Amino acid sequence: MVISARLFGRTKELETQVDTFFDQLSEAAVIYRLAVRGYLREGITEEFAARLEDVCDKEAEADKLRRGIKLSLYSNLLIPDSRGDVLGLIETADEILSLFKSSLWALDVENPDIHEDLTAGYRRLTNMVVKSVDELAAGCRVFFRSPHLVSSYNAKVTLYEKEADKISTGLKKQIFSAEFALAEKIQLREFVDRIDAIADQAEDVADRLTIYAIKRQN
Amino acid sequence: MLFDPIVLLFLSSGLFLGWALGANDAANVFGTAVGTKMLSWRSAAIICSLFVVLGAVISGAGTTHTLGKLGAISALPGAFMTALSAALAVFSMTRAGLPVSTSQAIVGAIVGWNFFSNNPTDSVVLTKILSTWVICPLLSGIIAIILIRLFKFFAKRISIHMVFSDAYKRIALILAGALGAYSLGANNIANVVGVFIPAQPIPPLAIGTFVFSSMQQLLLLGGFAIALGVFTYSKKVMMTVGDQLGNLSATAALIAVISHSVVLFIFASRGLEAWLSNMGLPTIPLVPVSSSQALVGAVVGISILQGLSAIRWVVLGRIIFGWIITPILACLICFMGLFFLRNVFGLVVI
Repeated sequence: MVISARLFGRTKELETQVDTFFDQLSEAAVIYRLAVRGYLREGITEEFAARLEDVCDKEAEADKLRRGIKLSLYSNLLIPDSRGDVLGLIETADEILSLFKSSLWALDVENPDIHEDLTAGYRRLTNMVVKSVDELAAGCRVFFRSPHLVSSYNAKVTLYEKEADKISTGLKKQIFSAEFALAEKIQLREFVDRIDAIADQAEDVADRLTIYAIKRQN
Repeated sequence: MLFDPIVLLFLSSGLFLGWALGANDAANVFGTAVGTKMLSWRSAAIICSLFVVLGAVISGAGTTHTLGKLGAISALPGAFMTALSAALAVFSMTRAGLPVSTSQAIVGAIVGWNFFSNNPTDSVVLTKILSTWVICPLLSGIIAIILIRLFKFFAKRISIHMVFSDAYKRIALILAGALGAYSLGANNIANVVGVFIPAQPIPPLAIGTFVFSSMQQLLLLGGFAIALGVFTYSKKVMMTVGDQLGNLSATAALIAVISHSVVLFIFASRGLEAWLSNMGLPTIPLVPVSSSQALVGAVVGISILQGLSAIRWVVLGRIIFGWIITPILACLICFMGLFFLRNVFGLVVI
């Protein structure tokens, strides 16, 4: 055990850091969905504020992990032939957490008035976006253990992103065909784009993941 | 019997060849590990030197006897010129940017000595050696293909985290490198000191109850020369090999080193030869084979799996050209050198 700990201590630490990073991503996605659904139901409440804080904490923790992973990879000369890919993956996945945070911040700051007939669209869009991030996080975890299985997860990310695009287009049409003031329409469209951008980023990360997985299998 | 200092002068050509072998062939063993940053050069040099010396002393006798059969050079100046011409052939081929094989150079030089001395070259032994120059890369390639297929089969069934998988690969690279260094010492020591053994240039050395024969001392000295080459000059070559094989993944690099090490071990193992003989199977000749040939064979084997277009045919052509030209060049240099030594310096070379 002592020899194993000495031999693989740093390796185990890096494995834990990587796994914890993707845990933060999955958990942030769940909290994000709850926060948006809560906002659509009741507007800004104490519960919404707590969830916003939770997402900020997850994002800060993920940033810390990202820096730790970078330091481990370079100072301990770990996974030399894949370290660039791993860092690229972690950094682009970290962007998703930033998008979760900025999207909730915008809701908190602007407090847009989302009409009742639009809430179903926003809810469906949020669900689809969160599903894409969930599949991405699962795919990233699988990449580190069985890269040949990554493609099925990435296919689902792409599928959910396309669905999210369809929903966001429908939602925007609905917004602009309604009798709101132009400023309100632009503000509501802005929120559609903010949510949809999360699925776009998930798809970008999945595209990278596909390449990294192919490289890893050769 | 006292040690004659002039012997060291004659041995210098063999030690130079050993140094060149250490400088170049250590890269075949650890080049990929160092080049891919899986292992530091210092660690690689220490492991490589230690195992090269162990391989030379413990298992070096088998291939040495085969070289002795090809041409028993009994005069020390003759042995000096044979080793020097092999070293010069290796040096000039390296300068020309062609891959070197000390095994081929020394065989070419011995044949040159045979021509000069009108000593008939044992065609059976020569055929045996020449056949290994084809079998060695072929066998290495086949082993690499089998290993990579096995690796991919198990990799799909065993789920190991990437960071652990790389840690295991690092350990495997060290073990394969150690085996490779041991096999390199065992197999290629014959190139370095083999031609000096029939001349028995060093008197037996008694330390307490242990008596070290002339051959054992030569093997140890040759091992040290290879280790010196590893420590003083292999860094650049290791980095170059790492870069040249940059397209290989860590897994492919590991497989290439394992295949290379296994082939070198097979061609040096007296135990395996005895076992095959006892089982009534055809034995594998104990012949010094080229470490570079084994590695190139493994890399080509791995590339074949990725499609024939993955092979750089021009580079492969240059490598094969080098394999053909090296023994011929060593043979010519040896013949002319012996003529020079005998007719200008009046030395007994036969």
